Formats: sequence, C-alpha cells, structure tokens
Amino acid sequence: MSAVETLLLVSAILGLLTGLSVVVLSLTWLERKFLGRIQMRIGPMRVGPFGLLQPVADAVKLMAKEDLLSSWVDRVVYWVAPLVVFVPTFMIWVTIPITRDLVIRNLDMGLFYIIALSVLSIVGLVTAGWASSNKYAVLGGFRAAAQLISYEIPLILAVLGVAMLAQSLNLENVVNSQGAFSYALIQPLGLVIFFVAGLAELGRTPFDIHPAESEVVGGPFVEYSGAHWAVFFLAEYINTFAIAALTVLLFFGGWLFPGLPGDVSGLGVLVFLIKTYLVILVIFWVRGTYPRLRIDQLMSLGWKVLVPLAFVNVVITSVYLFYGWPAWSLSLMSLAILGTAVWEISRRMRTAPTPEYTVRLYVPSSEASSAG
Amino acid sequence: MSTEGQLDTIQMMVNMGPQHPSTHGVFRMVLWVDGERVVDLEPHIGYLHRGSEKLCEGELYAQIVTLFDRLDYISNLNNEMLFCRAVEKLMGLEVPERAEYIRVILCELNRVASHLLFFGTFGIDAGAMTPIMYAFRDREKIQTMFEAVTGARMMHNFIRIGGVKSDVPEDFGQRMRVLLREIRQGIDETDRLLSFSEIFLARTKGIGVIDAETAITYGMSGPVLRACGVPMDVRKDEPYSVYDRFDFGIPIGEKGDSWDRYYIRVEEMRQSMRIIEQALEQIPDGPTITPTRLVLRPPQGEVYVRGENPRGEIGVYLVSNGADRPYRVKVRPPSFCNLMALKELLKDTYVADAVVILGSLDIVLGEVDR
Repeated sequence: MSAVETLLLVSAILGLLTGLSVVVLSLTWLERKFLGRIQMRIGPMRVGPFGLLQPVADAVKLMAKEDLLSSWVDRVVYWVAPLVVFVPTFMIWVTIPITRDLVIRNLDMGLFYIIALSVLSIVGLVTAGWASSNKYAVLGGFRAAAQLISYEIPLILAVLGVAMLAQSLNLENVVNSQGAFSYALIQPLGLVIFFVAGLAELGRTPFDIHPAESEVVGGPFVEYSGAHWAVFFLAEYINTFAIAALTVLLFFGGWLFPGLPGDVSGLGVLVFLIKTYLVILVIFWVRGTYPRLRIDQLMSLGWKVLVPLAFVNVVITSVYLFYGWPAWSLSLMSLAILGTAVWEISRRMRTAPTPEYTVRLYVPSSEASSAG
Repeated sequence: MSTEGQLDTIQMMVNMGPQHPSTHGVFRMVLWVDGERVVDLEPHIGYLHRGSEKLCEGELYAQIVTLFDRLDYISNLNNEMLFCRAVEKLMGLEVPERAEYIRVILCELNRVASHLLFFGTFGIDAGAMTPIMYAFRDREKIQTMFEAVTGARMMHNFIRIGGVKSDVPEDFGQRMRVLLREIRQGIDETDRLLSFSEIFLARTKGIGVIDAETAITYGMSGPVLRACGVPMDVRKDEPYSVYDRFDFGIPIGEKGDSWDRYYIRVEEMRQSMRIIEQALEQIPDGPTITPTRLVLRPPQGEVYVRGENPRGEIGVYLVSNGADRPYRVKVRPPSFCNLMALKELLKDTYVADAVVILGSLDIVLGEVDR
C-alpha cells in the first residue's frame, strides 16, 4: 500500500469518526426533544436555538468532569473496558455503505464482519461490570451477557434470511438487489425479528435490562464518570445508529427510493439518512411507550419465540428460493406467521384474549357487618 | 470455590438503598440474591426517624397539626384531618358542616394527588418513563388548587382543630369542576398508556401475590388489603366526617397481585372524584370553624380515632392529662404495617420483581419512620 493510499485511508477513518460523533450529538438532541414531545415537555431549550447546542454543552461537561476511580477497581480492565465497547462499534462502520460510493471498504463478507464484531462490544460490558467491583455493575454485566446469548442467534438468522434473498453478504449487493421492492415487503417476519433482536442488542427499552435505572442503577456504567462514561455513551448511540442503518440497508432498500436515481451520491445520502432517522425515531418512540421486560421474560422471548421464528424464516425463504415461487408468496407466508406469533404472544402475556379485569367495585348494602 | 475444579455459586448481598432510586425515599433493603433470584431480604428502616411522636408531647395542640403534615408527606391533609378529629373527639367539639365538606373535598383531592404520584412512580419502577410525566401534569393542577385554597403546595396546615383555616375561594366550585374534568381525562389517558400494556401486565400480573388471610395477619390495610378482595375501608366501615352522605364504591381486587394493587388505586381516584362531585353539590353555607381558645386544654382522657389515608388505615392514639400539651401521641401508620409483609411478598422472586413489589406497596418513609 502506498503512502498516499494510507493517508487517504487514515483521513477517511478520521472523517468517519467525526461524522459519527456529529451523528451521536444529533441523536442525543433528537432523543431528548422527541421524548420530550411524547411526554408533553419541550425538551432542552436553553443552550442555542431550540437547545441545538445542548449535546455540545453536555460533551464539554463530560470531558471536563473529574474521572472518579474507586480504590477497589481492577484498574487495567476498568480502563480498557470502554475501549472494548467502543472500538468494535466503530469498526463495523468501516463496511456500512451510506451510498453506493460512500463507504471505506466494501467487504464481500461485510455482513459476516459486522455480525462478528458487534458481538465483541458486549464483552466490554461484562468486563466493565466485573472490573467496577460493584454489585450492581456485576449484575448489570451478567445481564448484558445473558442478553447477548439470547439475541445474537435470532439476529444472525434474520440477517441470514436477507443474505439468502440477495445471494450475497456484500451490503452493496444486498441494497442493489432490493431495486424492485425492498425486503421489508418480502420478508416482514425477518424485519420484525431483526428489529426486536436489534433493540435487545442495543439494550434499549423494552430490553434496557442491563442498564435498568430502577433496578441496577445504570448497570455496568454505575462506577464510570467523566470521559470514560462518555465513551460508553458514544458507543451506545453509534450502536443505535448502526442497528437503524442496518435495518434500512437490509430491509428498506438503503439509499434507493422508487423513482429516484440510485447512483447520485448526494441524493442517496439524503434518502439513507431520512430512512435511518425514521427508524431511530421508532426506537425512541418505543422507549417512550413501553415498560421494561424482566430478564427471564427477555430470555424466554429470545429462545422460545425469536429463535424458532428466525429458523422458520430461514426455512420459508429457502423453500421460496428452491421452488422459485413469486415474491408475494413469501410475503404472505411471512405475514401469516408474523400475525400468528404476535397474536399468540399478546394472548399469552395478557393471560387471556381480553385482560382479566380482576378489580371490581364493591358497593355494600350492609357494610358494617362484612369487614372491620 | 471447591478444589475439584468445580465452580460453586455463592449468594451475593446487594444493598438496595437508602440511596437507591426505586426504594421511594430512604428505605434500605438488603437483598441476598442467587444470580437474579432473591433468596432472602432484610429491611432496614429508621433513616428518616425524627421522633415525631415524642415531639408532639412538647407542642401545643394547635402546633401538632404541622407535625402531622410531615408524617405522610404525600397526603398531608388526610393526616391533619385525623389529628384534628382526635382532638375534637376528646373535647367534644362540634365542627361546622361547611368545614366538614371542605375537609372531605380536600382530603379526597389529596387522595387523587397521592395516587397519581404512585401511578407515575410505579411506571418508573416497571421501566416505563412516560406515565410519570402524565401523572405529574395532573398532580400539578391539584397542587395549584391546593395553593389557591390553603396557600401552600405541601405542608398546608389548613385543617385546624374545630374546622378549617379559612373559607375556600369564591370560584372554588367552578374551578373544581374544570379540574375534575381535566384530571378525569388525564387519568383515562394514562390508563390507556400503561394499565393494559402487555409488557406491563407481564411484569405485574401474578407478581407479589398475598392472600387475604396473610394480609390481615400482617395488619395490612388500604389498597394493598383491598387488592386481596377484602372490602375494608374506614370511610365505609366506620363513616367519619360526612362520608356517610356520599355514594361511592370500594374497588376490590381478587388475586392480591401487584396489578390489582395498582389498578385499585386507579379506580379509587375515580371514586374519589365521584365523592368530590357530590360534596360540591351538597356543600352548605355557613361558618368554617368553631372558635376555640388559642391554647387548648382538652379534658383528661384518651381517644383513638382512625381514618382512611391513601395508603391505608391510619390511626392516632391521643392521651391527655388535662394540660396544654398531649401526654402521649401514638400513630398507627399504614405504610409501616404494609411494609411488614415485604418479606412474605418477596419470597422467591427476581430482583426486578422486588422493585415492582416494593413500588406496589406505595410506602412513604416519613410515615414508616415517623
């Protein structure tokens, strides 16, 4: 590799880092504003117009904060853990294409690479929890590990379904093969599995079990402060953006949009960003709506529902490919299975088709004799 | 760790509180957990102990009302009313009708405010962050109303021995009707958001079940006992003030789980608003306080009165030796008695459930520790 190429690569990576930092800042602002709207607040307003500079102020505050270190932590592991979380989340962006041309290295094994690296960051969470030698952090770290095991498999299987349809692990090919219609239409089941498993991977509501504020008070991050905490924070939001971007690339046609030319870079970036931010808004919307699942409920959802469903998804996809049926047949199969699953889960979780209304009004006629 | 290369699991002691975000104040529970499972629990109370009962012995009767404000600081007016009723009973003091109605309206409004707070914090305990914003929107309106009537948002010191401090503002009835309409809408909205959400049901249904007999044995009362299907409500069983003039129901549950305890409070808010509406219809004109001397000297004797607080049955035992200060004041706090069953409720649950169950008991530490 010549010096010029190396220089180009380094500048591209630095540019990527800058771009992702800007994205993270925009995400924190968006999340606070959007959640504020959901909760009838107006969100940050003081710093800059519409509070636009609030994330900058937060970043400055975090950097300037004293980095507290408890005397009983395992120092090396403690300092390395944020990096272990951050580096893989950053590395997967090397092969995520924004448009056809805007990508650092378009790997042929792109999807494989992304899946393999995204697993690594959870190791960082576990080590962070362990090194903090804080009981909440340990609980949180183990919760993160449990979550990883339950959700990595359905995530991989959902991605496998897409890879089978596209006949490629290269993200550019995956997007290009969605030229006619996006895979969200052909494989809604895969989309839902990917999105739910992705939420669980991120540890966002309703699966925010490892940082659960009301239970383990921030989980693995409880002892971190200042810049080290900021690295975790950065990683979490980059991850959120990555899952949203992957959802868009795998299921919503990436930078393609019906009626628009796919090879114009500027337009492609715009389409891609709009789609990604819409997916992210859905993630925030879920966060503003739902309570948190319990760890055993999360595990049973993962193993008893998502893993079998993901296998079914792979099976129906292969049947569809083998016999060369029309695309709508797969859509129908996928939708039918999805509908049945959702209905069944809803029924199980409500314990009856309509919720048991166990609270009733007691209007006594001779109340003095009945109790007291 | 054993020697044969086999790993043993050990139980871990987790100190939840007194600074934990979901122990609702300064309650501390020491959990022994085996992984995520709660094996044993040891509650520690006393972090907010101020010796209120002893302090009462050094204060004039009229001053004690402020101390009662600080017991259950979420439902101040109910506490004030209880103490005033005790002194009135001891002295045989008549309270003007209008004052009784004002008291009932404010107490029921206070119950709604208290349950709204529960509504929000229970959502937080279960991991939902939006309900508390909705609940506080409505609670804020009630606090504004309290401010208009009593001059304070908390610690009102409004209910006085023999009546209430002052009459309500002129447009009170009209403002109350607007307020009730808004709160009713707000409660319906939040109810739709949280109560029947599948995840919420999964988190609360069948969690922390206690049967009626055990609950009674522990001395539980209020919504927590009613969730087990026992229709016990002091307002119905032993109507005080003017509660016998209103038509309202007691919401009771069947299973005694966390969801029942939660939903009973939602229903109770609706019933409280029914009471307020009827009271607004019936409220007569007249004086609002029976004039008494500044320094009260109740006759020698003792009295026990009980009332229905948002958290359950509160009782006060008051002994007077004829002096200007009480000889002894003993409070029977509902939160304290409800909390006693925590060990029973937390048997064989998960850490996440422990938070939900503690939240469903809705304790106020000011009252537990006194």
